[in-house]
Amino acid sequence: MELKKISEYIWEIPKQGEMNVPACIYASHKLLESVRHDQTLEQARNVACLKGIQRMSYVMPDAHQGYGFPIGGVAAFDLEEGIISPGGVGYDINCGVRLLKTEYTEKDVTEKRKELLAEIFKEVPAGVGKGGITKLSRNVLKEILTKGAEWAVENGYGTKEDLLMTEEYGRMKDADPSFISDRALERGAPQLGTLGAGNHFLEIQKVHEIYDADIARAFGIHSAGQVLVMIHCGSRGLGHQVASDYIEIMENKFGTKGLPDRELVNAPIRSDLGQRYYKCMSAAVNYAFANRQMIAHWVRDVFRKVLGSSKGMNQVYDVCHNVAKIEKHNIEGKLRDVCIHRKGATRSFGPGRPEIPEAYRSIGQPVIIPGSMGTASYILVGTAEAEELSFSSTAHGAGRMMSRHEALRRFRGEQIRDELARKGIELRSTSWKGVAEEASGAYKDVDEVVKVSHEVGIGRLVARVVPVGVMKG
Amino acid sequence: MEKYKILPHTADGKFQAFGQTMEEAFANAALATASLMWDWLRIEKKEKHSVKIRGKDLEQLLLKFLGEIIYLLETKKFLLGLVNEIRIEKKDEKYLLNALFVGDKLSDRYEIYGDVKAITYNEMKIEKNGHVTVQVVVDM
Repeated sequence: MELKKISEYIWEIPKQGEMNVPACIYASHKLLESVRHDQTLEQARNVACLKGIQRMSYVMPDAHQGYGFPIGGVAAFDLEEGIISPGGVGYDINCGVRLLKTEYTEKDVTEKRKELLAEIFKEVPAGVGKGGITKLSRNVLKEILTKGAEWAVENGYGTKEDLLMTEEYGRMKDADPSFISDRALERGAPQLGTLGAGNHFLEIQKVHEIYDADIARAFGIHSAGQVLVMIHCGSRGLGHQVASDYIEIMENKFGTKGLPDRELVNAPIRSDLGQRYYKCMSAAVNYAFANRQMIAHWVRDVFRKVLGSSKGMNQVYDVCHNVAKIEKHNIEGKLRDVCIHRKGATRSFGPGRPEIPEAYRSIGQPVIIPGSMGTASYILVGTAEAEELSFSSTAHGAGRMMSRHEALRRFRGEQIRDELARKGIELRSTSWKGVAEEASGAYKDVDEVVKVSHEVGIGRLVARVVPVGVMKG
Repeated sequence: MEKYKILPHTADGKFQAFGQTMEEAFANAALATASLMWDWLRIEKKEKHSVKIRGKDLEQLLLKFLGEIIYLLETKKFLLGLVNEIRIEKKDEKYLLNALFVGDKLSDRYEIYGDVKAITYNEMKIEKNGHVTVQVVVDM
């Protein structure tokens, strides 16, 4: 596809044909190469054709082919004319990342890392089809879907301070579980408090390098070697079922005629169905917040048990990277409410946005970007420029570039475990084949992804962290 | 004829499944989906679940049929090893599918290595050309 170069890291698909707006891609030459190999650009163009889209269809530096919308796609829609699309959120609603800091140093955990990981492995259920601690009743589940992480805190998982340091304060207020199908509830009931599988993981990390000491300090990160814990998971089967349900309901009601891809099925935001999806999606977002809240609580328990204390294990932040929200953005010089879809993209609000916790309001929100298994992850800060550049959004991870099938052919899980062990990184998983599928060689270079984010200005580098122990679902 | 072929896809699972009939191609698509998560050949045939699906077209029928595998895994801890008695019929502009899933309960005896989160319409194709080929991309 023909791309117009705007600057070193900014590319544009000019408005043409059915497109209502141009598409904008943030990528280096190297990242663009892998994007060109799949359908990312075609999908970004398709999104630009949707009704009510504002300004541009954006593609983040870690983007790759999705279904309907690309993964790493950001699009905002007018609230009167626009649409909402389950495919623009993704199946794993509120897949996201939570970061805890500790006051432990590398030295404190080096000898205990095997034990720490083994205990976490015991406490946090993981793997395909693995259930949680309890099977929840319908009523309790509906309460969780309404209250999100608040429910978890009320029930003894973590503290009120955790809620302050969570996107949406851990609860989407518009959630309404009454429209959620029995099937989704059935899938969600046994899975709360589970990590899941696939690309989901839990890592014990250490700070490798700090790029911006002042901002890092505001986030609670003060020195190289400081130990952190990162949790990456989502809304499990419940969220997947909500997405599948509404794709079906929307195509039955509105059809898919004229859509270049059936997965782009959508409903007008103002329609009853559009509102119902938004409320159910919000409920699934809450499920994921509660899920990460419980897992974080168990991680603190393990630290207390193995190292004697969990003092100072405060939450840096918790971000969603598959979500649709109503946010105020600058549209042609006017601040207006739009429905923003971030599918495999992280919100990166800069200083002053009222949505971010008071402690961060003068500097911008923490943006947490997990790398692939066993490689570096990054902490960035949201910027004021991101508003104009990407509706305040940036990358969400490394982004795959090799198929799982190919990864299985090329890598062996046990070999990866041994290689990581030689680097001092402990790895535990429910499946060695699953480890091979998630080999870091199957992913783009996360260093390159965050470099582009930093250079473009949609999220600036604060710190680089590397794993000490990895638990893969 | 081979039952199915796994195809390259950047992030997700993609396959084509084949059959002399629509039924056979659908049944093989079910095995292909299972193969992304576990080795269906090794699953003992101990438990049965009857599956009834309605779809407004064949694509929706296929999507919902394959979705049943994930649903049964997550809610009944059921691992599919075989598809029996599959029948597809068209009634009043709707498609109906009946089948019997045979397999076993999830246990430590089986390795589950992949997580299929959802079945998608992306790049879905159902082609009749002497025999039937279906193509599916699943979200992993």
